[in-house]
Amino acid sequence: MTTKDKTKEMNTSTPAPAKTGKALISDILLSITDLRVWFELRKWGFRHAGYVRAVDGITFDLNNSETIAIVGESGCGKTSLMRTVLLLNRPTKGTVAFDGKVINDLKAEDLKNYRSHVGYVQQDPYGAMPPFMSIQAILEEPLKINGMKDPVERFNRVKKALEEVKMSPAEEFMAKFPHMLSGGQQQRVVIARAMIMEPRLLIADEPVSMLDASVRVEILKLLRGLQKKHNLGVIYITHDLSTVRYFSEQIFVMYAGQVIEKGNVKQVLQATSHPYTFALLEATSDPDARNATVQKEVPPGEPPSLVNPPAGCRFHPRCPKMIDGLCNVEMPPDFEPEPGHYVKCWLLK
Amino acid sequence: MANNSQYLLDIQELKLHFRTTKGVVQAVDGVNFQLKPNQAVVVVGESGCGKTSLAKAILRLLPRNVFHYGGKVYLNDLETMGLSDEEYRKQVRWIKMSLVPQAAMNSLNPVLRVGDQVAEPMMIHYGVKKEEAMQQAIKMFQHVGVPVDFINRYAFELSGGMRQRVAIAMSLVTAPALVMLDEPTSALDVLTQANIFNLLKRIKSEMATSFVLITHDIATSSELADRVAVMYAGQIVEVADAFTFFKQPRHPYSAKLMASVPKLRGNDEPDFITGQPPSLINPPTGCRFAARCPKRFGKCNEEPPMVSLGEDKVKCWLHV
Repeated sequence: MTTKDKTKEMNTSTPAPAKTGKALISDILLSITDLRVWFELRKWGFRHAGYVRAVDGITFDLNNSETIAIVGESGCGKTSLMRTVLLLNRPTKGTVAFDGKVINDLKAEDLKNYRSHVGYVQQDPYGAMPPFMSIQAILEEPLKINGMKDPVERFNRVKKALEEVKMSPAEEFMAKFPHMLSGGQQQRVVIARAMIMEPRLLIADEPVSMLDASVRVEILKLLRGLQKKHNLGVIYITHDLSTVRYFSEQIFVMYAGQVIEKGNVKQVLQATSHPYTFALLEATSDPDARNATVQKEVPPGEPPSLVNPPAGCRFHPRCPKMIDGLCNVEMPPDFEPEPGHYVKCWLLK
Repeated sequence: MANNSQYLLDIQELKLHFRTTKGVVQAVDGVNFQLKPNQAVVVVGESGCGKTSLAKAILRLLPRNVFHYGGKVYLNDLETMGLSDEEYRKQVRWIKMSLVPQAAMNSLNPVLRVGDQVAEPMMIHYGVKKEEAMQQAIKMFQHVGVPVDFINRYAFELSGGMRQRVAIAMSLVTAPALVMLDEPTSALDVLTQANIFNLLKRIKSEMATSFVLITHDIATSSELADRVAVMYAGQIVEVADAFTFFKQPRHPYSAKLMASVPKLRGNDEPDFITGQPPSLINPPTGCRFAARCPKRFGKCNEEPPMVSLGEDKVKCWLHV
């Protein structure tokens, strides 16, 4: 894909930011409104001892054939958000709507039906596959569960899925077991498994962080190609900002359970507005020998506890630009410095 | 061969082959490189190219299925290959050279307090009393930026970044001249990564420590590198000064590797290297990268020599 295509795409995706709801209903694949995922802490097994506020008030819409990259440190709630979209956790508050239908309380058959529309690419490909099953058995499993009884039909689907992730000759790979494949090939199988039910939404949780640097780009390009071909909505979770701009339209930066900056790739990377996003960008290295001669500026401290998040802006204890009496008292609202670019920071008041 | 003692570490024709059921794996196959005092060399390459085996071979931490282990490793003027295992343990390991292992954060002992673990090398290798060793450990904790009261905690009570700092403290407590780091930050977040590299840079300038950093992540490797050694299929294919390397890598493999790095600044689209690295059981004759090389020509069927270009070296027919 050329850079030109990318800019064009970026522009088309700009007018459909979160919250507005002005985009055509049919265009919105996933709509999340004021989502909160809290986990209860218990003392001695039964006494209530507070909540871990893993996700605390997130709102966004994901359109068809759009990729949202969710960036943040570990423990910021990226994975809890993803697990909630997959309905592995239930939302504590707020709604998750898929294709216009609220899915918070799906049960049994409906849940199975919903999950067949959602593909999931795990972080660690080897850990995500049962070691005692052949590639063919692994890929057939979702088809069996969803009631495809004809073995020939299943075989053809598996073959097609493997060819789609560029594993050919497919027959040869089908007989193999996960440990016989390289890391990149394992991740391809995981992608094939995610794609085998022909989902409309794909959730990729750090799909390349366990892989070799030279294979990462290959896997990301493969994912991007599949997304274009099948018009998938993709949620790409990562902590590596350097890959984001090549493989997504929107970037959401999460900190302590909240989205603190969101916008399209250009807005977030070039008109960066939140001090935390600045810090993330500053910490990301490009290969350059001059790096070895300078110390990087890193905000001190660690992300806050999600049981008792700090009052006001959650980043204020680490923020170099903290305004006393404002940042540590009142939670900043979403400011909108340019259309579609939202920043939770008092500096933009 | 007399050793040129301007080097802290001088490795000559180092080989480490493993016996497996499928045949002999030539994980490290004739590696040469030198390191001056207070320098940091980064060994980069894809997984399976023998980087970790190289670290093991240098530090003589060998598994049981070794088939062949040979070559020369000089540390200053000491030829370590001639030492018996016991002499090696007493004279070299921790005293001159230490290792921060891969996934160091999970390599801490879960049932010992981290302070005791940091103090232990002092007690074992220098025979100091426990109180004295603990004093040293406290100093080390301050040095690497771990709060001193963490000394009585267990590994699971620390965050990933703190555990990594403890592992680094442990490798530095005996003040060795050379520390080997095997993928020190691959499991950490960007901010923690930046913190750890800041720490390593500070240690390098304050304690005059030399580093061998083993990684597949070229972008972060530039945070510490004075020199870069590129490893492919068990061999070093290029050694160069960091400034030259990051601007203009010479070996086609290095160039491909550099092009595969997604960059935050700048506009070039990242590319990937087609094909797979060759099996180390029966590596191809001639240049081992030839099958994937875009600049391959007739000569590549023969093994290329190591060409010296000033202080830099490249193993490629294009530069002969």
